[in-house]
Amino acid sequence: MKDRHFDHLPDHFGMVSRRDFLKFCAVAAAGMGLPLGMGGKIAEAVAQNLKKPPVIWLSGQECTGCSETLLRSTHPTVEKLILDLISVDYHETLSTPSGALAEAARHKSIQENKGKFILVVEGAIPTKEGGIYCQVGGKPVLQILNETAPQAMAVIAIGSCASWGGIASASPNPTGAVGVAEALGGKTTVINIPGCPPSPYNFLSTVLYVLTFKKLPDLDDKARPKFAYRRLIHEGCERRAHFDAGRFALEFGDEGHRRGWCLYKLGCKGPETYNNCPEQLFGDVGPRSWPVGTGCPCFGCSEKGVGFTKAITEQASLKYFTPAGIHLEKEGGKVRVGGGELCLTPPTAFAPIHPPEGLGASATAVGIVAGLAGLAAGAAAVAALKLGKEKPDSGPETKKE
Amino acid sequence: MGLSRRDFLKVSASGGLLLASNLAPVPALARDPVPRLPEAVGILYDATACIGCKACMSACKEYNHLPPDHYNPSNIWDDPIDLSAKTVNIVKLYVNGTAQAKDQEINGYSYIRRFCMHCVDPSCTSACPVRALHKASNTGVVMYDKSACIGCRYCQIACPYNIPKFQWDQAFPQIVKCQLCSQRFAQGGYSACCEFCPTGASIFGNVQDLLKEAKRRLSLKVGEFADYPLQRVDSPNKVSRQVTPYLQHIYGDKEGGGSQVLMLANVPFNKLGLPQLPPTSQASHSETLYHTLYKGMIVPYVVLGGLFALIYKNTTGHGLP
Repeated sequence: MKDRHFDHLPDHFGMVSRRDFLKFCAVAAAGMGLPLGMGGKIAEAVAQNLKKPPVIWLSGQECTGCSETLLRSTHPTVEKLILDLISVDYHETLSTPSGALAEAARHKSIQENKGKFILVVEGAIPTKEGGIYCQVGGKPVLQILNETAPQAMAVIAIGSCASWGGIASASPNPTGAVGVAEALGGKTTVINIPGCPPSPYNFLSTVLYVLTFKKLPDLDDKARPKFAYRRLIHEGCERRAHFDAGRFALEFGDEGHRRGWCLYKLGCKGPETYNNCPEQLFGDVGPRSWPVGTGCPCFGCSEKGVGFTKAITEQASLKYFTPAGIHLEKEGGKVRVGGGELCLTPPTAFAPIHPPEGLGASATAVGIVAGLAGLAAGAAAVAALKLGKEKPDSGPETKKE
Repeated sequence: MGLSRRDFLKVSASGGLLLASNLAPVPALARDPVPRLPEAVGILYDATACIGCKACMSACKEYNHLPPDHYNPSNIWDDPIDLSAKTVNIVKLYVNGTAQAKDQEINGYSYIRRFCMHCVDPSCTSACPVRALHKASNTGVVMYDKSACIGCRYCQIACPYNIPKFQWDQAFPQIVKCQLCSQRFAQGGYSACCEFCPTGASIFGNVQDLLKEAKRRLSLKVGEFADYPLQRVDSPNKVSRQVTPYLQHIYGDKEGGGSQVLMLANVPFNKLGLPQLPPTSQASHSETLYHTLYKGMIVPYVVLGGLFALIYKNTTGHGLP
C-alpha cells in the first residue's frame, strides 16, 4: 500500500487528521479479520462517499447504553470520526432539534435517501396491544419501524434488546417486547450486534463492511456477523487454563477468585456464549478490561436464551461444545464455525473407548527371534546327539586306565 | 499286602461319595455373597453431567504424584490413551456418527470416566496370592501393598474392568491403580477427582448415600431444574442443573456383585466400554469351586489316599519295598 493511493484523501476529516483516519481504518480492517491492506480500501470507500451515508437511529425500549458505548469508544478520535463518517440524521438522544422538528428531520431524510440509508435500531420493540407501550411523537415504535425498515439499505439491530428482546423481554415480559427481526415479521434481513452493551467496534466494523463491500458480512444462524461472534468466549478466555486444571473460584473474594481462577462455578456463561470480548476488550484501556477479566462471570448477554433468561448463578451447559477432530456435516448452514471445525477448545483430545491395539511384532523382530530360537534348538539337538554317542566311547577309555 | 481288592473298592466308593457330596450341590452360592460394608465409600459418576473438562484427571495426577503420560510423543501435555501405570483415572469419549448431541447413542457423544470400580467382592483381591491387593476393612477401598506384591500380575487377568496396571518400564515394578486417594482420608480429605469436579458429575460419599442419590437422579423429570450436590454427596454446596435424560440403570449397583463406584449415563454402558457382568461376582464363583474342592482337605486326602493305595497295591506284589 503506497502513500499515493491516499493522495486524493483530504488532509482532514472534520477534526480528524488523515493519519488518524487511516489508522482507524486499518484497525477496523483487522477487527473484521481482513488483510491489513483492506484498510486502504475502507478509507477509499469512506472518502469517496462524498455524501455521507445517512443513518436513522431508532430507539425502542432501551437504556441508551448502546449509544453510550459507541460514544465512549476511545479509539483515537473515533467518536468524531463516526460522526463525520456517517451522517446521523436522526437520533433521539443526540439530535439537536427535538419534538416536531426532529420528527420532520427523520421524514425528510427518509424521503431523500430511500434505499440508501442505514437503519440502526436500539432497544426492544413492544408488540402487546399494538405496541402502545413505547411511542414516539404519538406513534408506536412498532409502526415507525415497520414504515422505515423496508426503505433502508441495511437494518442493524444494536444491543441484545434490539436483537431478540434482551432485558425488556425477560419473563414475565409485560409489554410483549421482541427483537427487531421478529417485529418486522422476518421479512427484512437484520444484522444483529448483540451485547449489553455490545463492543462499539463490532458495530463500527459492520457499518464499514457494508459501506466498503456494498453487501452484508457473513452472518451466523442468529444473524450476528461471524467476524465478531465466531468463537465462544470460553475459547479465548484468559482464565481458560484454570478451567482445564480444575481450579475454580467458589465464591466472590475467596482465594481462588483473588488469584484469577476460573469463574465457571460462579455461573460464568462463557462456555455457551459467542462473542469476541476476550480479544476485543472494552474501553481500550488494556488487558483484563472485560467482565471475566475483572472477576465478574460472563452472563451471556450476546447469546439468545442465555443472557436475561438463565439465572446468573446457573452453571453453563456445554451443549455447543463439540469435540474437535469431529467434522460436522453442514446442514443448511446451521453448523457453527466456532463450535465445530474451528474449535480451538483444549483439551482437544479424548481417549477413545477402545484404544487401538499394537500392530504386533515387526517382520524383522520376528525374523531375528525365530532365527535365534532355531539356532538354539539346532544346537540343543546336536548336543543331545553327541551326548548319546560320546557316552559309550568314553566309558571303556576310563576303564582301561 | 494288607489291601484286598474289596477294601480298595470300598475306599474308592466312599471317596467317590464324599467327592459327590461336596460337588453335587455345586451351587453358585456355596459362598455367601459379600455384602456392602456399612462404612464403604465410593464415587458416583454421572456422565450426563460431565462436561469433559478433565479437571479430575489433572487433580488425580497432582495428588497421586503421577507423571504425565504421552501417547503421542510430540505432545508435551498429559495425553494418555488408556489407563496405564501413569494414569489411574481417564475421561474417555464415546462418539457415534455426526456426534451432534451429548449423551445420545446415535449421532451423539458421551464422556465416560474410567478408574477402579472398587468392587464389593473384587476379583483382583481374590486372585492375589499374597494379599498385596486387599479390601480395607472399614472403607472397602481396594488397596495395594507394594511390600507384599510378588509381581505375578494375576490381578490384571482377574479384573473384569482391566484396571490394575503394571509398571513395565521400572526396574522394581509395582501394580498401579486408583485407591480413592485414601492417603487423604486421614486428614479429612477425599478423592481429588471429586473435589475438583465443577459440575457434580463425580461426587464422593458413603455408598448407601450415593445409591440414594443415583436413584434420586434417575427419578428426576427431564427438562426440570434440580439441585446436584458438588464434590460430596452430603455437601451443602449444590448446583442447579437442567435434568437431561438418563438410562434407567445404575451401573455398579449389581454388576459383578456390585461395586463402590456407581455410574449413570444415557448411552448403553457396554457402548461406553463397561462390561456386562452377571449379578454374582466372579470371585464368588472361583472361590466356591476352590473352597469346595479343598473343604476340610477331604477330597485331597481321598484322592491322595486312593493314589497311594493304587501304587502300594501295584508295587507290593513285585517284591519292591
